[in-house]
Amino acid sequence: MNKFLKNMTSGANLPRFIISTFFLLVCVMAFVVKIPFTTLMSDTLVRFAMNGVLVLAMVPSIQSGLGPNFALPIGIIAGLIGSVITFEFGITGFAGLGLAILISIPMALILGYLYGKMLNKVKGSELIVSTYTGFSIVSLMSIGWIIMPLRHPEMTWPLGKGLRNIILLDNSFGKMLNDFLSLKYARVAETGNLVAFFNRTDKFIMDLYPNNAAVVEFIIPTGLLIFFFLCCYVLYLFNRSKIGMEMRAAGDNPKFALASGINVDQMRILGATISTVIASVGIVVFSQSYGYLQLYQAPLFMAFPAIAAILIGGASTQKAKIFHVIIGTFLFQGLLTMSLPVANKLIVEGNLSEVLRMIIQNGVILYALTKVGGQE
Amino acid sequence: MKTTFSDQLKKFLLKNIVVIVFVVISTLAFIASKQSLYFLMSQLLERISRNSFLVLSLLIPVMAGMGLNFSIIIGAMAGQAALVIVTNYQISFWNGFGGIMLAMLIAAPMAILFGILTGMLLNRTKGQEMIASMIVGLFANGVYQFIFLFAVGGLFTIRNKDILLTSGIGLRNSITFAETLKFGLDFGGATKVPFFNILMVLSVIVILVYLGMFAMKKQLTAKQKSGIIVSVSVLVFSALIMYTNVFPLQVRMLKSLTFPAVSGLFIAALCGFNMIIIKTKLGQDFRAVGQNQHIAAVSGINVNRVRIIAITISTVLAAWGQIIFLQEIGVMNTFGSHVQIAQFSVAALLVGGATVSKATNNNAIVGVILFHTLFIVSPFAGKELFGDPQIGEFFRTFVAYGVIGLSLGLYAWKTLFTNKG
Repeated sequence: MNKFLKNMTSGANLPRFIISTFFLLVCVMAFVVKIPFTTLMSDTLVRFAMNGVLVLAMVPSIQSGLGPNFALPIGIIAGLIGSVITFEFGITGFAGLGLAILISIPMALILGYLYGKMLNKVKGSELIVSTYTGFSIVSLMSIGWIIMPLRHPEMTWPLGKGLRNIILLDNSFGKMLNDFLSLKYARVAETGNLVAFFNRTDKFIMDLYPNNAAVVEFIIPTGLLIFFFLCCYVLYLFNRSKIGMEMRAAGDNPKFALASGINVDQMRILGATISTVIASVGIVVFSQSYGYLQLYQAPLFMAFPAIAAILIGGASTQKAKIFHVIIGTFLFQGLLTMSLPVANKLIVEGNLSEVLRMIIQNGVILYALTKVGGQE
Repeated sequence: MKTTFSDQLKKFLLKNIVVIVFVVISTLAFIASKQSLYFLMSQLLERISRNSFLVLSLLIPVMAGMGLNFSIIIGAMAGQAALVIVTNYQISFWNGFGGIMLAMLIAAPMAILFGILTGMLLNRTKGQEMIASMIVGLFANGVYQFIFLFAVGGLFTIRNKDILLTSGIGLRNSITFAETLKFGLDFGGATKVPFFNILMVLSVIVILVYLGMFAMKKQLTAKQKSGIIVSVSVLVFSALIMYTNVFPLQVRMLKSLTFPAVSGLFIAALCGFNMIIIKTKLGQDFRAVGQNQHIAAVSGINVNRVRIIAITISTVLAAWGQIIFLQEIGVMNTFGSHVQIAQFSVAALLVGGATVSKATNNNAIVGVILFHTLFIVSPFAGKELFGDPQIGEFFRTFVAYGVIGLSLGLYAWKTLFTNKG
């Protein structure tokens, strides 16, 4: 027992221990200041699943020995391009969602391959180089968003050039996964009763109860959860396959892998490519749940919370499992979701939750980096 | 064997390829922007006096082999904290000069403390200093926001209610120094002097120094000869601008350009400091550690201590640099002024031809000039060429990030190559 406790609070597990404690503390505080717990839990669930796929992109990158993928924006850009093209064609619903992913993946394959090739040239400095690669691509694409020849009126500015900063997905593929097979509870303002809805959109509920006569209080986003766990399962199957094992071997011990006939450089390219592809799917899932596409500078820092999440789950810069993604994303997103209303109850002014996110996120990454040095 | 002229030219081009590329881009962007020379020069001089100190603060960690110190943002935070303290007590004697000096004095111990902590952290992340210094900057920014949004006004009492939010907790988003500290370093702008007068004084000094050398050694190297020729032509050109009307109006207008003399002296002093420190024992230790930590350790140098000193010096200089930067602008964006300075300073240094392992005063100054020329003209160029200033703005951000990514990548590639070979 003592050994177990020691194991849980040392090395890569320490962040998980601290954040869990913090998470429980915030839960207790939410209870004390009487914030409806059910709403918090359902928000947590949604944010867990919508961020999960982006965090999943870290797994192949870390496993193949590249470290956490700081160039996540590359995949994100591919996913966003797929989304805006789908939007331009006016294809909505599941077809739109599918098409967005379908367009994104080949782009992500090409970009990921090139990115992997580049990383093989800068072994040992992957982290800082990939950070700035991601930053550069985001600023370059900011010009791209302005000059893209897309004309859809809901996507472009009525005056002037270029796409909008934020594109509403309500009339496209917004919330498709969230609403699929979902279970929603809405409180009717007049009577105070809870009414359950299965597989219904928010619009349906609003039409049924106009003028906000009913407010959705709790939602189980079944489709979103299924999709996330499906992604996890596919990656799990890949990990168990021969090539997946070779990739992990290349990341674990490059010299040994090389000796046993594995092409380490190729495995690193594979890891980068898969990571980029997952990221492109991840941003489509994220955007449909969020309800908006965020262009221009928005993807700039998106890698950081994803990296922090997997590290909180117990991963290090050399080792990562799918389990780390699930537990880490839940803890990190849960803490962020919960802390916002709790902090607002305690301190009215300012966004304490945002400051908390910066400190936790970067503190966790920093801690992981000190472990890189320690093992050399 | 005598090298031919084309060989020499090739060597020169290869050695200065980054600078040449940026000279070309900046010139083209300037032409495309259709702005006057006077506009460019006046903007550029402002930015040179503001930013050079910060860029120069990056040199010592490069010397010590720690790469580009992205954590100068922590020094900048110390500088801003000091400015908040000075503004709080509304200290601005000697036309603000005293206030700025006091801010520098207050910033130093804070920056030393932060520098030591950063240095200790970077000693635990050897080989990944740059990403670690960047993340530690982001982390510190979180702590900074926590202090200035939630602790100030509650935990620390603030006298000057003007800098607080209306709720009484947390600082305002922007704090104006206006009458009190703006241009404090230059006595509220009193010591802003015509730029070409400064150039004249500088070139006279250079000529005198070289002549002094000639008097002692009775001969001049090629470098010294060309130095004298350049200085004389600068002197003549400046004199013509200041005292005659021989040039067309466009050029004659430059007469009214001014430069803050005291800021200039600070920048010159830091250049001098960077040159002198190489000659000292400490500077030799920096270089030894920078070249090879193992060999340095074997020869009795306390590697970790030397690295901490390097980062600490850089952090203190960055704190002062940020104070110089902000007192010239006159307004402090409490939660934004410091965020980008590491990226932009590093990018400027690299544009000037520096690498991860080698950076000089010249790289810094040339880099500031080129990078900021591009920065000033690219929105205009974007507007003229594409009808949208935003394109130019995104282009310059892309250049900043791209040049960092590219030079870090190329350096890593080269290192990998030499290690293999």
